[in-house]
Amino acid sequence: MLKKFFTLFLLVVVAIFLTGENDLTAIEGGKDGKKSDKKVITACDGKTQVVLNDVSKNEVMPKEKAQEVASMLLATYQQQKKYQSTKFTRRDSLIWERELKAMIEEGYKWFHDPSLGTNGISCDMCHPDATDTHPETYPKFQIQLKKVALLRDMINWCIENPMEGKPLKEDDPRLKAMEAYIIWARANQDPRPQAKTLNPGKR
Amino acid sequence: MPKMPSERKEEQYLKEREEFFKMLPKLNRRQFLKVAMASAAVALAKNQFPPHSFQIVEAVEAKQGGGTEVKFRFAYISDTHLYERKLNERFVRAALKAVQDVNALDPQPDFVLFGGDLAQLGQPEELKLGKEILSELKPKLYMMVGEHDWYLDLGEKWIELFGQPYYSFDHKGVHFIVLNSVLVDDYWTESKMTPMERMKFMAQLDNPKGRPFTVGRGYGDVGKKQFEWLKQDLAKVSKDTPIVVFSHSPLYKYYKPWNFWTDDAEEVQALLRPFKNVTVIHGHTHQPVFNKIGNINFYGMLSTAWPWPYAPTGLPKLTIKMNRADPFDQFDGCGDGTVEVLANGKANKIYNLWSREPMKVTARYLESGGKEEVPPVPADPSF
Ligand code: HEC
Repeated sequence: MLKKFFTLFLLVVVAIFLTGENDLTAIEGGKDGKKSDKKVITACDGKTQVVLNDVSKNEVMPKEKAQEVASMLLATYQQQKKYQSTKFTRRDSLIWERELKAMIEEGYKWFHDPSLGTNGISCDMCHPDATDTHPETYPKFQIQLKKVALLRDMINWCIENPMEGKPLKEDDPRLKAMEAYIIWARANQDPRPQAKTLNPGKR
Repeated sequence: MPKMPSERKEEQYLKEREEFFKMLPKLNRRQFLKVAMASAAVALAKNQFPPHSFQIVEAVEAKQGGGTEVKFRFAYISDTHLYERKLNERFVRAALKAVQDVNALDPQPDFVLFGGDLAQLGQPEELKLGKEILSELKPKLYMMVGEHDWYLDLGEKWIELFGQPYYSFDHKGVHFIVLNSVLVDDYWTESKMTPMERMKFMAQLDNPKGRPFTVGRGYGDVGKKQFEWLKQDLAKVSKDTPIVVFSHSPLYKYYKPWNFWTDDAEEVQALLRPFKNVTVIHGHTHQPVFNKIGNINFYGMLSTAWPWPYAPTGLPKLTIKMNRADPFDQFDGCGDGTVEVLANGKANKIYNLWSREPMKVTARYLESGGKEEVPPVPADPSF
């Protein structure tokens, strides 16, 4: 599973070069601002990188090569972690908490705001504390939508129908914030065990 | 036990569904869409009962005797939450549907109780629209107030349109009491809220700062006066007289975070304790919910506008939860209903759920601790 995941992200290869936290352009001698035409691949930590000297930017790697690169990148990442054990300061966690809280509050605000619709109705009128939104049951087949729906599809459906509004774009920050609030509320304000268990597909 | 017609209908519906699901995997996409539409048609057909079809259920009851024969019926409509018509047709449609239902009842009920929350934000236009819609009712109408009607102007417009918010009347040997059970502490003066801010604060069910409802407390002396009145009113009634109390909030404690709650419930219950037969009918909870505490049977009313989810905790043990509401059907989980008052002073409640089989909950069910006359339990309850 993990291997497949990485293969997907790594498309081109030649030589491998670890930069750790270094700035890639510096390594490539790009201080003059010239961009390299070499393929650079970054791991999901956003830091660990490989530079492939023998693959140009638009080349597609054969599967075997791609796997080799993926394994290398992963090994490098793990090696790296050994030496620089991740240090989270108290400040880090305070920032994370604050940011999460802000997003949830934003979601709470929209969840209670009739302006998503046109008839005065807001989500909380039917879902106090986001009850009965069942985020843990997604994805699931919604027979009336005739497809497998994600949480956001149902949010949009409820905007269009009971609230007679326009559906939000998939990347609309309001939609994202409402997802954050719904998941948080379900996990934190409902003490029942079913609220704490992922159960995709549950009707 | 012979099958009620309603059960057969339910079975037939379930069978059709079953067949539909069996077909699903065998279909290509085009056929699939066709079938999906056919299934919608099945659902539609199911909804097309004549408005008074829920009377079918009662036929089975008649043979029992022992004072359980129906002495009279009244109907209820509750929680219409109307906005102005130009803003929201949806809830207007639902309220009109309830009025039609009641007018189609045969025989006609002796009267109709409106259970509160006629308006959504207490606006004069909303209340007037509600009055206009309810004026279409053929039977006599008794009004009760809800928090959505009250907190814009602390009842001024409502009282102008409908009269006193608490009162009593006698009907065929039963003493009826209508309460204003939505009184809360003053949260607006100190924080200098505008009337609309005060209204919206109250209208939000999951408001973390919300204040608990009371009958006998609340701001100023409204609650105190009402409680005194209630004491005196009850003092005039003999202990054998059946009593039916209407309150908007449940006169017990179900779930405080949503104000499914009356903070001085015990004090009101204590006043009712000496009486032989007491039934409390309440609004606000928008769901089939029933309870028994001591000598008092409680039934919650349906809303015409939307069903509330069951609260995560605190649900009275005797309540049988209805299935989850279908969000694709505006009327599912909503409805109106009737109450049968029996010769022995007890009251049964019929939930006329618009998109489902009607549900009858009897006093016998409650008084047997849920052992007798158990209403049908749905296979797939709300979760
Ligand atoms: C008029 C009432 C009403 C309003 C307003 C409403 N919904 Fe719903 N919604 C429902 C009902 C009823 C269901 C079905 C509940 C169930 O499945 O138990 C539902 C289902 C959902 C579900 C899926 C739940 C599940 O179990 O799959 C989500 C998610 C949802 N609503 C989100 C929202 C959001 C977000 C809003 C506001 C944009 C909103 N709803 C507004 C009535 C409403």
